[in-house]
Amino acid sequence: MTTSSRKVKSNQHLIGYPQRKIDGVEKATGRAVYTDDLQLPGMLHGKILRSPHPHARIVGIDTSRAEALPGVHAVVTGRDMPTPYGIIPWTQDEYPLALDRVRYVGDGVAAVAAVDEDTANRALDLIHVEYEELPAWLDPWKALAAKGSYEEGHYIHSPKKDGWNGNVTKKVRLEFGEVDGLMDSSDVVVEGEYFFEGTTHAAIEPHCAIGSWEPDGVGHAGGTGGAGARDPEGDVALDPAGAPRGGKLTVWSSTQVPHYLHRELSRVLGVDPARVRVLQPLVGGGFGGKSEPFDLEFCVGALAMKSGRPVKILYTREEVFYAHRGRHPFHMEYRTGCTADGKLTSVDAKILLDGGAYASFGLVTTYYSGQLLCAPYEMPAYRFDSTRVYTNKPACGPKRGHGSVQPRFAFEVQMDKLAEKVGMDPIDFRRANFIGSDTRTVNELRITSNGFLECLDAVEAASGWREKFRRMPFGRGIGVAGSTYISGTNYPIYPNEMPQSAVQMQVDRSGRVAVFSGASEIGQGCDSLVAYIAAEELGVPLEYVRVMRGDTDFTPVDLGAYSSRVTFMLGNAAIDAARKLREKVQEAVAEAWEVKPGEVLLAGGRAHWAQDTQRQMHIREAFNLAEARFGTLGATGWYNTPKDVHGEYRGGTIGASPAYSFTAHVAEVEVDPETGVVTVEKIWVAHDCGRALNPVLVEGQMEGSAYMGCAEAIMEAHVFKDADHGREGLHGGPSLLAYKIPTSLDTPALESLIVESIDPEGPYGAKEAGEGPLHPSIPAVANAIYDAVGVRMDRLPFTPPRVWRSIEAARGAGVLGKPGFAMEAGG
Amino acid sequence: MIVSVNINGVDRSADVEPRLLLSDFIRHHVELTGTHVGCEHGVCGACTVLVDGRAVRSCLMFAVQADSCEVTTVEGLAGEGGEADLHPLQEAFREKHGLQCGFCTPGMLMTLVPFLEENPSPTEREVREAISGNLCRCTGYENIVRAVMHRVEQGLTGEARAHG
Repeated sequence: MTTSSRKVKSNQHLIGYPQRKIDGVEKATGRAVYTDDLQLPGMLHGKILRSPHPHARIVGIDTSRAEALPGVHAVVTGRDMPTPYGIIPWTQDEYPLALDRVRYVGDGVAAVAAVDEDTANRALDLIHVEYEELPAWLDPWKALAAKGSYEEGHYIHSPKKDGWNGNVTKKVRLEFGEVDGLMDSSDVVVEGEYFFEGTTHAAIEPHCAIGSWEPDGVGHAGGTGGAGARDPEGDVALDPAGAPRGGKLTVWSSTQVPHYLHRELSRVLGVDPARVRVLQPLVGGGFGGKSEPFDLEFCVGALAMKSGRPVKILYTREEVFYAHRGRHPFHMEYRTGCTADGKLTSVDAKILLDGGAYASFGLVTTYYSGQLLCAPYEMPAYRFDSTRVYTNKPACGPKRGHGSVQPRFAFEVQMDKLAEKVGMDPIDFRRANFIGSDTRTVNELRITSNGFLECLDAVEAASGWREKFRRMPFGRGIGVAGSTYISGTNYPIYPNEMPQSAVQMQVDRSGRVAVFSGASEIGQGCDSLVAYIAAEELGVPLEYVRVMRGDTDFTPVDLGAYSSRVTFMLGNAAIDAARKLREKVQEAVAEAWEVKPGEVLLAGGRAHWAQDTQRQMHIREAFNLAEARFGTLGATGWYNTPKDVHGEYRGGTIGASPAYSFTAHVAEVEVDPETGVVTVEKIWVAHDCGRALNPVLVEGQMEGSAYMGCAEAIMEAHVFKDADHGREGLHGGPSLLAYKIPTSLDTPALESLIVESIDPEGPYGAKEAGEGPLHPSIPAVANAIYDAVGVRMDRLPFTPPRVWRSIEAARGAGVLGKPGFAMEAGG
Repeated sequence: MIVSVNINGVDRSADVEPRLLLSDFIRHHVELTGTHVGCEHGVCGACTVLVDGRAVRSCLMFAVQADSCEVTTVEGLAGEGGEADLHPLQEAFREKHGLQCGFCTPGMLMTLVPFLEENPSPTEREVREAISGNLCRCTGYENIVRAVMHRVEQGLTGEARAHG
């Protein structure tokens, strides 16, 4: 079934109906508080000195002149924080500030805290760093082929395994089924080479963090206090900033992952985690760009500990571009086979990931580059061979649709090529290969609900596909693509058996419900979500719900806003907490009315008797009865993932999710064959989100995703200069002027078509909506360009020069024109 | 230099360096943090405010250039009555989900207020043109345009509370 925000409101229910966001007023009035809006008494300005070299040894750092500058309160270098960190526990290969080597232009080497920004900048100028330059590895193929030693700079890191050079982060080769045999016996095989250019998040809010250190902030020092950081080369407990252990470190940050930040701050700065508090003000957009700790968060902590005063660091927009952690450039080769009647037989992929200077999430990205491709189509055999290499550029990491957007582009273009070869309409071709619901993928991931066919139906009907495909005049085209994405990961980033999300809830005598949520509000609306759930389950008006959030001192742990996990996990946790309270309220009211608890309904601000809804009381009275009966009312709810829903092979847990969303897009384009300009006129987005808890928010995610994917298709490119085009390793244009993102005039019309498959394990049946709907935009546009002018675009982005060159090549070869296939041929 | 500005109806003056940006003056000296800074050089539009009724990027203007001017920031849009007294455009953004992370929202609003005063019944295309200098990374602009068109269709042509 499909639904939309045009659904009418209900007096009794919130879930499933359009609702306002609870933070809408503060955001519309300018009262919303983001990290940079905070000012603390005595606060200093911090700045980070960054490497001008892409690859160099640090011979020495002299900070004495900076320290002597009036107004400077603290200077720190890598030696003050010599504990390696990294979001993935097995690949911790970076330091808050470089210790002995810089690995990209922009790598931090020292940080200062001063009375104002000008003084801090002057202090940076007074720090002398002696570098010994090393060869720069900007090309991933060259980095992969490099031979020599780490010491001489042939490698960016020390080799991780025997047989790997030091520029390899991770290699994954997994094979399922008889790949070669089935490929050989396929009626049709299509081979293609694809390139996905790097792109970055470009959230409008730059990263910002504030650190504060209270030497006697929590209790007394006593005992050993913090566990202390460990020197990686020795066994000496370090005391990084010379700070006493009994204090308390507070860090405010525009992060998507306060819990992981909490852990890493504690470990790297050597402060007992019970003495670390992370606060997360509202976040001005993330998209994956704030989903691991960054240098500024450690630096504000260390500088605050050293200076004894609060310290703020706000990245400049240029620093945001260098901080990056965005989409990896992928070099991909695919071979895909099918039978003459259009059934996929075998898929073989070889992928090189250009990772940048550090591992970041790269281990997971390498797995995701292959693991997330195995739906929504049945694949009898599949192999992927992925290698992530280090290069001397800012580290890549997760951007919306982490690791699976790039292969999805290549694969869905392959699907289009196969459909044409076997003479099938590409939507019918996708239907014919539908994997179904309640099944397992070839790589043994468990699929539960699956509304992909409804998604195809919806975009086919809404776009007028049958009248348009191959039937529009030369220069106009339409293309389709499908995809799947995870609703969170079954396994957390650091191994543990604890819940992945939790909510604490209490009701009080005024009728209010207080919700304590550790989830990360980055604009997607998770604070509103827990409020809707509390109001729905406890029958209170939405304005009776208070959401207490963004503070690790008083909220239970939620792992963060990444991997599209929040609605699924937080939603289930909130339902769990609310129902525990609801049962008590029902029981107390039932006792008073001498009826059965199950007959007491809580809705619309009142308790009702199901047998006669005229019998009712104000919800406040109901809460008071329950408090009198059971004592003060509070409950915790939590959610943990199923752990037995993946294959028993190395890496089989990566990609495992409690539920998968499904998406189909149709894009319509106009291509100017004389200029190569591609105008995306419209994208129809159908997305199976399980159940739309608030259709307006779901549509917002679908439209935002499709916009961002379309942007990657037609304009975005996060690129760096090489020695032939400037200074090696410099960003191609680290500003929002040079890095083009679409304005309102560049963005196509977007039509959202919500599909609800009602997932058996999702909260009220919900799955994710924040990342899945990005994936098909790019191949749908590529396939539409082919329909328009008969030219295959296998390299991103589809900028006018690149499209024009392809058109000219086709013209030169005499093959420019609408593709010949007539739709009737496929039946 | 002394700069004297009337911000949201209140006279404010301060001794500032001539090179101080109006955006920094508003955020740090007047402590109105609803005006956001996203790009630092006039591209993203998040810092848009009204100076004598005209939408300007406060990061491209020195505070001293606004001397003796009336400045309206997003905080000056709503009336005294809180939630019940929102500017119709604020109400529309809230109602139609024209905001997600909210970071671009103040700039969007401050761009649209004078636009709608000049052109109270624009087409959708004209709305898209009006906000084409304001970057939003969350919404794909769809719900922002929808919010404006909703406000236009409601015929809420009552005087905006903005100064100028």
